[in-house]
Amino acid sequence: MSLNSFWFVLIAVLWIGYFILEGFDFGVGITLKLVAKDQAERRAVITTLGPLWDGNEVWLLVAGGATFAAFPEWYATLFSGFYLPLFLILLSLIVRGVAFEYRSKYGKAQWRNRWDNAIVISSAVPALLWGVAFANIVRGVPLQKSGKGVIEYVGGFFNLLNPYALLGGLVTLFLFATHGALFLGLKTDGSIRKQANELAGKLGLVTAVLAVAFLSWTTFSLTSKTDVRMLSLAVVVFWVGTLAANRAGREGVAFLTSSITLALVVITLFAALYPNVMPSSLSPADSLNIFNASSTHYTLKVMTVVAVVMTPIVLIYQGWTYWVFRKRISSTHITSPEAGVLDKIHQ
Amino acid sequence: MNALDLARWQFAITTVYHFIFVPITIGSGFLVAGLHTAWYRTNNDKYLRATKFFGKLFLINFAMGVVTGIVQEFQFGMNWSSYSRFVGDIFGAPLAMEGLLAFFLESTFLGLWIFGWDRLSRKVHVATIWLAAFGTLFSAYFILAANAFMQHPVGYTLNAGRGRAELTNIFKVLFQNTALAAFFHTVPSAFLSAGGLFAGVAGWMLVRGRDTEVAKPVLKIGLVTVIIAFLIVAVSGDWTSRIMVKQQPMKMAAAEALYNTESSAPFSLFTVGTLDGSKPVFQIGLPGVLSFLSTGNFKGVVEGVNDLQKSYEQKYGPGNYKPNIPLAYWGFRLMIGFGALAALFAFMTLWWMRKGRKMPENKWFVRGLISMPILPLLGIAAGWIFTESARQPWIVFGLMKTSDGVSTSVSAGSVLFTMIVFTALYGFLAVIEFGLMIRAIKVGPEKTPVAEKSDSMLTMAY
Ligand code: HDD
Ligand code: HEM
Ligand code: HEM
Repeated sequence: MSLNSFWFVLIAVLWIGYFILEGFDFGVGITLKLVAKDQAERRAVITTLGPLWDGNEVWLLVAGGATFAAFPEWYATLFSGFYLPLFLILLSLIVRGVAFEYRSKYGKAQWRNRWDNAIVISSAVPALLWGVAFANIVRGVPLQKSGKGVIEYVGGFFNLLNPYALLGGLVTLFLFATHGALFLGLKTDGSIRKQANELAGKLGLVTAVLAVAFLSWTTFSLTSKTDVRMLSLAVVVFWVGTLAANRAGREGVAFLTSSITLALVVITLFAALYPNVMPSSLSPADSLNIFNASSTHYTLKVMTVVAVVMTPIVLIYQGWTYWVFRKRISSTHITSPEAGVLDKIHQ
Repeated sequence: MNALDLARWQFAITTVYHFIFVPITIGSGFLVAGLHTAWYRTNNDKYLRATKFFGKLFLINFAMGVVTGIVQEFQFGMNWSSYSRFVGDIFGAPLAMEGLLAFFLESTFLGLWIFGWDRLSRKVHVATIWLAAFGTLFSAYFILAANAFMQHPVGYTLNAGRGRAELTNIFKVLFQNTALAAFFHTVPSAFLSAGGLFAGVAGWMLVRGRDTEVAKPVLKIGLVTVIIAFLIVAVSGDWTSRIMVKQQPMKMAAAEALYNTESSAPFSLFTVGTLDGSKPVFQIGLPGVLSFLSTGNFKGVVEGVNDLQKSYEQKYGPGNYKPNIPLAYWGFRLMIGFGALAALFAFMTLWWMRKGRKMPENKWFVRGLISMPILPLLGIAAGWIFTESARQPWIVFGLMKTSDGVSTSVSAGSVLFTMIVFTALYGFLAVIEFGLMIRAIKVGPEKTPVAEKSDSMLTMAY
């Protein structure tokens, strides 16, 4: 395998990590108000993410940084081209981070309610937009070689809002929401757990319908690669398995299979792209691929050393965090749900 | 304003804002780790109370540092895509390393620290805050090395065919003296501001007679940190100046508003220049001191702006190579001035309090305490504005002009729109975070902190 292909795979791996990990973060945020009825329950739900969400978000930062290092043309074209959707994602991530950290500083119901609404919206917006962005990449967007030989995005914002991409956005929105509900089923106890299990079943069915439509569109009109068809089939199989496990009350299995499904979704999208990284809808000659978008062999070599040494270490200590915080949380753990950290006035 | 000016404003606003929180995070991470270790070693409750109290302030600040950093990571691609294409082969590497080596470490171990009080053994728990603190140092190192490449590109060749700079030696990029000097200048300046925060808060508590047993040791730690950090910053600043004279002579000339080449050049204390920046109108200076600072010899020759402009034109072709001279001149002075003021106040406070004497209680002293966290931050902002703006017109010194680095596929309207929304959101969040900080300080340390085995620990953050 050439280093270019290796880095293509590695970037896919980073996105897989991101989709699985921040996927359930988004899902917990989206379903917050559906599974948690009162202050104590909401607090318990958000606490399941407490020690994890920031580390999960770093997968995105590293995916961004790695794309910059390995495929600078891809990084430059993608983020200047998809300017406004990326801006909305960044805006959501800012609000979301602050909302998690600041919501429990005061006990006032209004203060908390506003941050909780912020969490729901700022989780749903990126969940939708990542799907829109990836669907557009796979479908191909108007890219054109300029006079100077630079390949640039020449479409507008509304070009990105085509039906295929919007369908892709709905798929990720519902997929992440289900994934989040499954995570809560695994991590909480009491009535939250029950609500989450039920909700996962319902959301999962909607997801299944949307995903089948999206994958059929992809495999029948966009690509004729057989491996993409096989992978799409595997996505469906694992998702059916997820729904069955959830129904059977096997929470661990359900979360595992939904994680595998998310991984397969990313693999399917990347397999549909390969060897392009951003196909042009105008002319195949104007597509960005793993060769014309890439860094030099030397830079790829340097980054390979760093990635091969560091990735396992990161996986070990992040895995350890999940082990440390493996205990289920329920609203009974929240001893004084109405109290804010900064409410106590100094005597 | 065109897309270029707007993109520059947007970059300046978002990084300066990011860098309000960054120094506090870097410095207080270590100070909180120190307090936690003191508790681990001595089992004295006052250190636990101090750890939790300052830990709370640290976390309120950290949240803002993280969310403003996310924008930085993508801004190069969004607004500076031509720049990203040109240097991506080199510049992307330290950025990716920062993520893999630093951000994962910081975020994961900080999560463990916040929520780990009742889940980890005491020893492992102390270790988590140290790891998070070291994560911030790695982060600073890699990003400063990336920035140093823009100040002084090394370890690359130009590939004319692909129209870009390509990496030939990663070690040169990571370990050139420009990067090392920036690190040893920026990190102590972070300790200066965190020391100021700790001293200001603890001093205020003492003046009000609150929680004196917690406040007293912290005030001392804060003041001493400020003074030591200032000394290191001054020494590394001197080193930085000498490097800068060699690598970016125009920057030094601008910093001194030295228009014509002189031997025995004076260090200027005050200057008024013409608007087009071609000559001084009025100047007061210390004879020979600038020559000494930049060459180590009172009689040394220092090149002036006008002569450098001519020699740059010969080297790089016609164009205007003068940065904004008043900005550079005052940025340099304010950087030193604000930092020195903080150090001076810290020194005086220590003097007043020597051998257990009582603190002064007049209102000027209280105002001094309140300005302790603010002065260093102003100095740091001035330092960055100087460093970055006096590099202009280059985005990568000698290789690419800022005007060639901007995204060509993004309209001025889009940049303006995002800039307005970011700025409004940042302003709004600043009000909230400032309010939370003040509130947390007023509430003060918990009376009876619970250390372990209690679910009430869950409320530490959420
Ligand atoms: C890794 C690269 C990098 C790093 C670490 C920094 N900068 Fe920078 N800075 C740039 C890369 C850059 C840039 C992309 O090169 C800009 C954008 C336009 C320009 O000319 O340079 C710039 C411009 C720029 C400007 C506007 C100057 C002008 O246009 O006249 C300011 C005020 C700052 N920066 C301030 C900062 C601060 C406060 C930083 C601390 C976080 C900082 N920079 C770190
Ligand atoms: C302009 C270039 C910069 C970029 C692209 C950038 C990027 C980022 C990103 C993405 C984060 C969030 C990481 C997380 O989620 O944990 C972050 C935080 C951080 N950055 Fe920056 N940054 C820049 C400038 C700097 C500089 C110059 C320094 C140090 C001298 C620095 C130090 C830090 C630190 C310590 C944090 C931890 C969070 C906090 O500050 O509270 N950054 N940065
Ligand atoms: C006391 C004597 C000082 C000297 C001689 C000095 C010198 C310098 C120089 C020459 C630069 C420009 C580096 C470059 O562009 O390559 C710089 C940058 C900077 N200074 Fe200072 N400085 C001093 C004090 C301070 C203080 C007190 C602070 C903090 C409050 C500070 C914070 C900064 C920052 C944040 C930068 C930008 C980062 C960097 O380029 O390293 N400096 N300083």
